[in-house]
Amino acid sequence: MRIAVLTDLHANREATEAVLKAVDRLAPDRIALLGDIVGYGPDPVFAIETAERLVSDGALCLLGNHDQAAITGPSGMTPHAHDAILWTRTQLSAAHLGFLDALPLSAELPGMLFVHASARTPARWPYVTNEKAAAECLAASDAPLVLCGHTHVPTIYYARSGIEPVRFQPLPHVAAPLSAIRRHVVVVGAVGQPRDGNPAACFALLDTGRAEITMIRVPYDTQETARKIHAYGLPEWLGLRLHIGR
Amino acid sequence: METPRAGSVIDGFTLTERLTSGAMATLWRATHPDHGMPLVMKIPILDPGADASMIVGYETEAMIHKRLSGPHVPRFVAAGDLARIPYIAMEFVAGTRLAEALQSAPLAVAEVVRIGIAISVALADLHRQKVAHLDLKPQNVMMAKGGAVLLDFGLSRHSELPDLLGEESSAPMGTAAYIAPEQVLGDRSDPASDIFALGCILYQMATGEEPFGRPATLPGMKRRLYHAPRPPRSLRPETPAWLEEIILRCLEVDRRQRYADAAKVAFDLRHPEQVVVARHRRATTSPGLGKRILARFQKRDEAEILGPSAHARREAGPSIILVAVDLSGEHDELAAAILAETQRLLAAREDSWLACLTVLRTEIIRETQTVDEHGRSLYINRLVSLKDWARPLHLREDRVSYHVIEAVSAADAILNYAGHNDIDHVVLGARASSAVRRHLGSVSTKVVAEAHCSVSVIRVKGGRTN
Repeated sequence: MRIAVLTDLHANREATEAVLKAVDRLAPDRIALLGDIVGYGPDPVFAIETAERLVSDGALCLLGNHDQAAITGPSGMTPHAHDAILWTRTQLSAAHLGFLDALPLSAELPGMLFVHASARTPARWPYVTNEKAAAECLAASDAPLVLCGHTHVPTIYYARSGIEPVRFQPLPHVAAPLSAIRRHVVVVGAVGQPRDGNPAACFALLDTGRAEITMIRVPYDTQETARKIHAYGLPEWLGLRLHIGR
Repeated sequence: METPRAGSVIDGFTLTERLTSGAMATLWRATHPDHGMPLVMKIPILDPGADASMIVGYETEAMIHKRLSGPHVPRFVAAGDLARIPYIAMEFVAGTRLAEALQSAPLAVAEVVRIGIAISVALADLHRQKVAHLDLKPQNVMMAKGGAVLLDFGLSRHSELPDLLGEESSAPMGTAAYIAPEQVLGDRSDPASDIFALGCILYQMATGEEPFGRPATLPGMKRRLYHAPRPPRSLRPETPAWLEEIILRCLEVDRRQRYADAAKVAFDLRHPEQVVVARHRRATTSPGLGKRILARFQKRDEAEILGPSAHARREAGPSIILVAVDLSGEHDELAAAILAETQRLLAAREDSWLACLTVLRTEIIRETQTVDEHGRSLYINRLVSLKDWARPLHLREDRVSYHVIEAVSAADAILNYAGHNDIDHVVLGARASSAVRRHLGSVSTKVVAEAHCSVSVIRVKGGRTN
């Protein structure tokens, strides 16, 4: 089975459209959206309605911390994220919020678990940014493969019992192997706000038959997204960072 | 799983005959209804108490072998599910293991060169596929009809894939007699480590001895960082100086001095006359006690001794450049433009190497004129012109060679030379377009169409169209 895994759309219409075009060409069997559909970006209505459409076509879709904040109001967020959520809440209808509110924190398919942040405590949104956090994520699940987002930096952790996981930065468009004698945490890069120094939108293509996962990068018009962020009075940095992928 | 035996069927593969096997794995001839070619199955011996790193070695081998192709690796057929039945099925390669040939070492110089070229060519092909073997040794080289075939990728490293083996262990991995000094220190990232191992094999073929013995301890393996092996000629005086030079350049501890490209080792083995014997080599005798005590207190940083990885050099630009210049007539402006482009390419990489070539056209029908109207050899005249053309590049003698080739077709001569010598980049000129040339096709058109490497075609901007 081939699954396209998209995460952290962050209300970025240009990035989402570019990625969906690429996904279309790859014709996967399934699409998974790992949360943070909104937040930071200028097109929350577009992002939610796109997610709704994909879900009605059979996609999996999870709740992210920014989606949660859009429902309940921001708490404990960085100032930029906080401001963006306040603005996002002014844009969304009750129906939009209702869609977000119905999203689960995690989902399972045979041999894999999907979660926005970490399997450890999904509702507390911990970041899988190091080997220890990856080990904790795996300890909370039996699945050989855990797919998550949240950090915006594509990373794969390879774990074997009794040994600290090995961290690997997958190269764009190079299929990384998944191993039958290991468990894996795959942190998928962000569609709408990459932070690994590469401004191109990121998503992953998982191929269970070949036991491989590939981070695919899609360049998009960051100027246009930043222009809207500026025009809507969102924090300037949220536009600037898109140009540099930070 | 059950102990494999002749007649066992594993995932559709039938084991037919057990081959000579090592301590880590059994090797079997095998057949499969979907695969017409003769096969080999490699099945690891995994005792319940076996070292867990063994299975990681298998994981590494399957991960890397399945991504390799070409005539210098056995064709990969299938790998068993490591969690269920680990095995690797591959093409059976008919040939002789180099280890067998080495039993009669020292070998004749011509044989050392022939085998050395074959291994270098195979390594260059492996390195092009982004893989460093990291356990090159005579047992892992099969001399087959089509050249050398490299076996056993259990310690190998693919530069674009995770190094699970290296990340999970800090112990040096390799074979004591052939392991490169940087590998002893845990660096598994440099294909130049294979060139060091190649140097050990060449040394052994030429002298009958292993340059560093087979130390059993880490300090024993580390000795190679500080002590050079005895020069091959001191063991076997009939070894030519140029071959000793090539071997010692492979064995340089400092990677700035070592060959960065296997293709260049092959080139030098093919062109002994081009090898410049270094005047200064590392001290070949053990330092005295006083010096050793002093060295203990002034111990140089090991990383400094090794120098930087050869990776940056390989990425900086082409290693072997072929420039073809037409010096038969008045093309001064074009020749100058070719020179300028050559200079830019050479500047990208300080250890790159330039082959300058010019073609002396011969006639098919008429007897070819070999002397000019003053009775001087046309060949010598052309060689003088070629050297004069290259003079402004100010290249040291160990970075350049000159070739005047007699041929009917200049394009064929250039293509043959480039193909035979594994050239990375060809530079040649194109004269301004003309009706005749458009009709017959030009040298540059043919070279661009048929070369297996990059080609820069130089044209004088705004040149006459006659």
